[in-house]
Amino acid sequence: MALSIVHRATGLALYFGTLLLAWWLIAAATGPTAYANVQAFTGSAIGRLIVFGYTWALMHHLCSGIRHFVWDLGYGFKATEREALTWGALVAGITLTVLVWIIAYAVGGGR
Amino acid sequence: MSGPSSMRTPLERVRGLGSAHTGTSDFWRQRLTAVAMTLLIVPVIVVVIMLIGRNHAGAAQILGSIPIAIILLLFIVASTWHMKIGMQVVIEDYIHNEKLKIASVMANNFFCVAVALASIYAILKLSSGV
Repeated sequence: MALSIVHRATGLALYFGTLLLAWWLIAAATGPTAYANVQAFTGSAIGRLIVFGYTWALMHHLCSGIRHFVWDLGYGFKATEREALTWGALVAGITLTVLVWIIAYAVGGGR
Repeated sequence: MSGPSSMRTPLERVRGLGSAHTGTSDFWRQRLTAVAMTLLIVPVIVVVIMLIGRNHAGAAQILGSIPIAIILLLFIVASTWHMKIGMQVVIEDYIHNEKLKIASVMANNFFCVAVALASIYAILKLSSGV
């Protein structure tokens, strides 16, 4: 498995994706027009795709990072354990992403 | 000095090593901020979901509330610090030209500090309600 590079790649994506988070906070502090611009972007097709990708990058990096905590503590170095942790992180990252978006639509969709 | 008869612990032997004499501090802070974000991720996602579909007035009111502002401030500090360390590792791994490496490490520091301060300023402004 070559997922360690995915951990790094999602980290890089999150690094630049943080600009979106900063833009959103600054817009909220600036006023209604600036905030409406952010909402227009995040509500557009490309905006939703970017935010969805950002969510996956965050959830994958989180789960993959928990895998690193396990290794840092000295566990999970057997071949089968490494495979299980890696696949677990991949599946959990995708599952959490879908789950967060379902909750987000269920809660925020009606507002 | 660090042979089998040494009384020093492995941690003590690596403390203060490296060209900046900061030893394993980046390694430690990378883990520290990672654990912090693992603890903060659920409240942060809850806050973001609370804001979906709200107009500016509603969002500004939620972002300015004290517990939410504190959660976001903690997350911003942890994430920008984590970002800075992570990107520096990537730079040191892939950029071998010394001048370009130093410039990249500097740019990385500037970027992370700018993102952190801009976000912190925005939250404090929302909290003060001005």
